[in-house]
Amino acid sequence: MSPKTLYDKIWDAHVAHEAEDGTCLLYIDRHLVHEVTSPQAFEGLRMAGRTVRAPDKTIAVPDHNVPTTPGRDDPKNMTEDSAIQVAALDTNAKEFGIHYYPVSDVRQGIVHIVGPEQGWTLPGMTVVCGDSHTATHGAFGALAHGIGTSEVEHVLATQTLIQKKSKNMKVEITGKLAPGVTAKDITLSVIGATGTAGGTGYVIEYCGDAIRDLSMEGRMTVCNMAIEGGARAGIIAPDEKTYEYCKGRPHAPKGAAWEAAVAWWKTLYTDEDAHFDKVVTLKGEDIAPVVTWGTSPEDVLPITASVPSADSFTGGKVGAAQRSLEYMDLTPGTPLTDIEIDTVFIGSCTNGRIEDLRAAAAILKGKKKKDGLRAMVVPGSGLVRAQAEEEGLAQIFIDAGFEWRLAGCSMCLAMNPDQLAPGERCAATSNRNFEGRQGRGGRTHLMSPAMAAAAAITGKLTDVREMM
Amino acid sequence: MQKFTKISGIAAPMPLVNIDTDMIIPKQFLKTIKRSGLGVNLFDEMRYDDDRNEIPDFVLNKPQYRDAQILVTGENFGCGSSREHAPWAIADFGITCVIAPSFADIFYSNCFKNGILPIALPQEQVDVLMNDAEKGSNARIEVDLEAQTITSSDGQVFTFEVDSFKKHCLMNGLDDIGLSLEKVAAIDGFEAKASAERPWV
Repeated sequence: MSPKTLYDKIWDAHVAHEAEDGTCLLYIDRHLVHEVTSPQAFEGLRMAGRTVRAPDKTIAVPDHNVPTTPGRDDPKNMTEDSAIQVAALDTNAKEFGIHYYPVSDVRQGIVHIVGPEQGWTLPGMTVVCGDSHTATHGAFGALAHGIGTSEVEHVLATQTLIQKKSKNMKVEITGKLAPGVTAKDITLSVIGATGTAGGTGYVIEYCGDAIRDLSMEGRMTVCNMAIEGGARAGIIAPDEKTYEYCKGRPHAPKGAAWEAAVAWWKTLYTDEDAHFDKVVTLKGEDIAPVVTWGTSPEDVLPITASVPSADSFTGGKVGAAQRSLEYMDLTPGTPLTDIEIDTVFIGSCTNGRIEDLRAAAAILKGKKKKDGLRAMVVPGSGLVRAQAEEEGLAQIFIDAGFEWRLAGCSMCLAMNPDQLAPGERCAATSNRNFEGRQGRGGRTHLMSPAMAAAAAITGKLTDVREMM
Repeated sequence: MQKFTKISGIAAPMPLVNIDTDMIIPKQFLKTIKRSGLGVNLFDEMRYDDDRNEIPDFVLNKPQYRDAQILVTGENFGCGSSREHAPWAIADFGITCVIAPSFADIFYSNCFKNGILPIALPQEQVDVLMNDAEKGSNARIEVDLEAQTITSSDGQVFTFEVDSFKKHCLMNGLDDIGLSLEKVAAIDGFEAKASAERPWV
């Protein structure tokens, strides 16, 4: 038998039907659902008189436009259109009998944080959701990717997805990370190296010692942004850390089933000599704490660099860089550490897990945010929030002058009231710095939680290594 | 779903790379529970100023492009979020074909579910069509899905690739859920086998 990649193995284990032209029906083990991209899909089912084929494998949670302030379980405290979407999810979850974590449930949070936390996401599974950051679940050695609403409806009705196989790409991070360098710096540096379309048509497998050394939280951060590199999915082979994370979670297998599962999971790795269509290698030692300067996640530079000029690029990127510099109101040649910020946002499916809050709190402990700066922490789930309170992290944030919010997507995409004003500049731990992403006219610099915490203290983009 | 077979229409030029789905349809318009009516908000933040007045310089606000059926644009079009509201807005505006050097994966798939044909061509060919598009209503571009050809206003013909299954569905306006449900026996069989092999799933 020819050697297979991890992606090949998971793919092969899920093909329910293959047509002559290679079009497959890929069986879906877990379908995650949120309020924004699902109402039209459920409505489509109703209109066609169809049901949800596997309600037991379908898990819903409202996250995108829920407020993160107290009193939000009263619809009166939501904007009318948000309340309608959340109410529609309530109704659809009930009517179709799927698993559901309403806003009032402590387990509610960002769908990509809730899935792993509750043990829904397990190695070797296929996981989809009407959200591009579904790639997050790849950290478990699951094939996970975002889908559109028509595909949501297709999965609800058939528990399969029409797919053709993607190509294999290997991203290896060798060696060790230097102090102050995190999973976020890895994933942004990879995008900086490959571009936002570098992964288009591929499933990326992240490997190498620096990836192995990451916690599950860190691995989720890396896979989360596979989509920003254009890849359909990012995956990391499961290991002892993965099993340890999954063990005992509410929906993880127990007893003999657990043993059987681990035995299968241990076969989930890329065989020696398996073929990759593209290979990218970065040295862990070469990765610095990075920030983005522009309006594409590929606009990444080490914090020690300066704002580039548009003519340092080629092709269509010259115009794009010019547009970015204007939108971001930046002058080429300015050291990145001279850029003053108005706001700090710590949270999102990229960096809203407990380890992220620990990293930020470690920098903020005993310090205060700069006067006049707006700073908020939005934990990724109610359980992350509770744990951070128990560990005393919440108090560190509050003492530093941060707002301590309830769980949700919040200012990452600004569908709820957490938004930037025009011209407001934000140090954000989220995943997209697109024009208007965090609010019309808002300016976003992406970075790690530790870097965002450092920026909160100085009021400028800051090299966190100087605070360690 | 709306069929796509052949069109001959005006193409709007948007020579920008990495046009993301937040640009195509900003998040404030994702709060709808319907698929229709988003055309008026297509490229909203580029198209309207803070007082909701049209920005005259924006391509789709120019008289010659208001009826554009084709969009010619830069690489990695549709990157970012999986929101199908992006193709819904494009289709609702009246654009049924997008031509670019490359597309983001999820957006590309989403187009085919909504009667839109996304065509990836080499940069040099996109450049020719971009020049054509700059001529406004003086140039019509013809797109023939059956033949898999694009004909520029001066008669240059480019061929393009498209997946045979996607082409079949688009040409016939087929609901792919219906097609997949015809294979329910295969799905049942797979499910039975998989749940025996991996009962924890």
